[in-house]
Amino acid sequence: MNFSEVFKLSSLLCKFSPDGKYLVSERCLNHRAVTFKLQNIQCMYLDYTCPQKGDNWHWKFALVCFFLLSIQVWSLEQPEWHCKIDEGSAGLVASCWSPDGRHILNTTEFHLRITVWSLCTKSVSYIKYPKACLQGITFTRDGRYMALAERRDCKDYVSIFVCSDWQLLRHFDTDTQDLTGIEWAPNGCVLAVWDSCLEYKILLYSLDGRLLSAYSAYEWSLGIKSVAWSPSSQFLAVGSYDGKVRILNHVTWKMITEFGHPATINNPKIVVYKEAEKSPQLGLGCLSFPPLGAGAGPLPSSESKYEIASVPVSLQTLKPVTDRANPKIGIGMLAFSPDSYFLATRNDNIPNAVWVWDIQKLRLFAVLEQLSPVRTFQWDPQQPRLAICTGGSRLYLWSPAGCMSVQVPGEGDFAVLSLCWHLSGDSMALLSKDHVCLCFLETEASVSTACRQLGGHT
Amino acid sequence: MGDWMTVTDRESKTISQYTSEIKMSPSSLYSQQVLCSSIPLSKNVHSFFSAFCTEDNIEQSISYLDQELTTFGFPSLYEESKGKETKRELNIVAVLNCMNELLVLQRKNLLAQENVETQNLKLGSDMDHLQSCYSKLKEQLETSRREMIGLQERDRQLQCKNRNLHQLLKNEKDEVQKLQNIIASRATQYNHDMKRKEREYNKLKERLHQLVMNKKDKKIAMDILNYVGRADGKRGSWRTGKTEARNEDEMYKILLNDYEYRQKQILMENAELKKVLQQMKKEMISLLSPQKKKPRERVDDSTGTVISDVEEDAGELSRESMWDLSCETVREQLTNSIRKQWRILKSHVEKLDNQVSKVHLEGFNDEDVISRQDHEQETEKLELEIQQCKEMIKTQQQLLQQQLATACDDDTTSLLRDCYLLEEKERLKEEWSLFKEQKKNFERERRSFTEAAILLLKILGVEISFGIHHSSTVSRCGVRRQCNQDCVAV
Repeated sequence: MNFSEVFKLSSLLCKFSPDGKYLVSERCLNHRAVTFKLQNIQCMYLDYTCPQKGDNWHWKFALVCFFLLSIQVWSLEQPEWHCKIDEGSAGLVASCWSPDGRHILNTTEFHLRITVWSLCTKSVSYIKYPKACLQGITFTRDGRYMALAERRDCKDYVSIFVCSDWQLLRHFDTDTQDLTGIEWAPNGCVLAVWDSCLEYKILLYSLDGRLLSAYSAYEWSLGIKSVAWSPSSQFLAVGSYDGKVRILNHVTWKMITEFGHPATINNPKIVVYKEAEKSPQLGLGCLSFPPLGAGAGPLPSSESKYEIASVPVSLQTLKPVTDRANPKIGIGMLAFSPDSYFLATRNDNIPNAVWVWDIQKLRLFAVLEQLSPVRTFQWDPQQPRLAICTGGSRLYLWSPAGCMSVQVPGEGDFAVLSLCWHLSGDSMALLSKDHVCLCFLETEASVSTACRQLGGHT
Repeated sequence: MGDWMTVTDRESKTISQYTSEIKMSPSSLYSQQVLCSSIPLSKNVHSFFSAFCTEDNIEQSISYLDQELTTFGFPSLYEESKGKETKRELNIVAVLNCMNELLVLQRKNLLAQENVETQNLKLGSDMDHLQSCYSKLKEQLETSRREMIGLQERDRQLQCKNRNLHQLLKNEKDEVQKLQNIIASRATQYNHDMKRKEREYNKLKERLHQLVMNKKDKKIAMDILNYVGRADGKRGSWRTGKTEARNEDEMYKILLNDYEYRQKQILMENAELKKVLQQMKKEMISLLSPQKKKPRERVDDSTGTVISDVEEDAGELSRESMWDLSCETVREQLTNSIRKQWRILKSHVEKLDNQVSKVHLEGFNDEDVISRQDHEQETEKLELEIQQCKEMIKTQQQLLQQQLATACDDDTTSLLRDCYLLEEKERLKEEWSLFKEQKKNFERERRSFTEAAILLLKILGVEISFGIHHSSTVSRCGVRRQCNQDCVAV
């Protein structure tokens, strides 16, 4: 594993381009947009100056710099091309690209309307009454259709648009009290719509607007917290505030199993990795690492390694404050591995642990307990490899073969706050508060050698 | 009659001083009796007894005794009185008889007393025993009663607790229901409020929107600098009805593709599962059929169905290979036949299990199956018997050899000899008798021959006297002659 130089950036905005060629991040000091052209670990600077501070921005093959009232667009391929869009007195809350990269959707303040600007035809369309919710717009994977949540007269609606010409294909109402999120299935034929946390309800609509199924596990308790589709569209994982993940199958849309997250693990078949501080003095040199738990490389400063804990294992739990909003209970994070074999979850009750479930056998596969709360995790887009970061200066990787903890090199502490994989699964970007670092993973054959060569980086 | 005690009589010394003084003071007499019941007289008592009759009051004591005895049914001690006024003489015989009677009576009484006492003791001990039993049983009864009371108490307490828990549970359920109702009511209220607020908000939004829209700034515009045209020079197309229809078509196409894909997957899965089921069925049939061939007597329906199933399967397979696997009847047939086979297999396995368990429990029940243990036991028994028989034979042989080789005891030999001698004697006797008979026969023959010879001689004119004197020689001669003549005559 090789680490690149650390680059400064101003916010946790860093994304890989969809074709994997560029990594974009923003530099604080001179309000520049920095692009890295990733070619064989080399990084090139492509500077663009934004006279005003950007607030949020997205990536396509062009660049967007987003300000409170207007948008500026640049192109990477043709640097002379520049576009500026002004929304007027209605401010902008959000902006997003269409999948084909030729339209920009701006959401005005107070979610008054969504304006669709076409970069090619310079035409404008308006969409009224968009819903102000977490995940109101979703595009299908192939980029053909867009689903938009709307709310009119205290009722929720979903509109399906054809992205090519923004024609309204379907418009139907949903049987929800207060729609919180919509998401297309990866195959683009089913739309999952779920209600707010006050009511556990998830509805499944087909592409043509028919209600396929409605599922509700219980009532009178806090409901759905997170939803994730499996990449094969076979499973829909619904994480709720009761600490359970329920898996629905695509044939009957009924629950096939539910995964509980207890604080104590008794089953000896489950491998529990516990991160432990490795005292620097373990000078025996050849520590006998068990085959399934590798140790970190021989770096002196606060190293940690994984130990396999023997059952029964009890995990650290957090007692949530029940009278405050957004209590830290329930399944906050859900992610399927790219081959749909594994599901990684995090129970906010037990913030230090990541649970990995085997979807083939529908049972718990492994549990990783870190020393500090888990911030994010993300699966490798190509293989079942999970990268976890906890806000410390270490990066954790898990695969069915084992897991390891890697110290990110750099002067001082590089606190990894977020991470993001490259499309090919060869590298990932590690983001701290004001720095970004790229991590290049070697192929599986030589991963072990890479571990030991941790000291060397370009 | 206590005065008799002071009077003594010399003559009465001959009279036995055995106690029959029942008329004396009872307490002293009783004690006397107890003491003297089975022990011989002691000297102290002797003196006491002499107190009744002294030398002075003999007559009175005799008359007193006579009175007493007559009242008891004994004969009078006096002799038959000849006259009225004459003094009656003491009938010694009667006295002695009476004494004897009294002794006998005394002995009887003592015996009876002994018996009664032993019985008394026995009864006393029985009574003690029964009393102790009774007290024990009473105790037991008490303890069991107490236990019962204790258990009843516990039972009552537990029931009480149970009732309490039930009540608690009911209360909890009621509370839960109440809370749910509260939540429901609150939810409706909240929704209502939300809707109201939302309507207000929407109104405000509308107003704001209108204001914003009305404000026709030049600012709402898009500026593209350095416009880049499309690579192929085409421009964007307008949105018309055709495009709408096209979009609809595309959407449906996408949906249909997805459904077709999914159906293909499901069909493939189905086909695989069906293959697996067919294989299972075939294997089950093959498992069951060779075993069913052996016990031909036990032909149930099961064998019949197995065979029929095999035939069925052949037909089924051919049918299935021709059609596609989605026919409802074919599917039902397959599942039904699998279920049947499975049931047969299960019953077969159960039967085997029962057999094994039966054999273990009952041993030699089944003719075909003899457990190894029993077999071994039988062989052991037989071996033991063989051993015993062999030993017996050996001992018998030994005894026989002993008899033949070594000498037995004298008695036995003499006995044996006697036996043999007797046998010989008998034999000899027989022979002797036979011999005697023969001798007699010979004598007769001889006589007859001599008479015949005499006649002959008479006939020949030889003097008999000559022959009588020298009978022996004549006889000899005669015999000789007889013999010769016999020989001649013959």
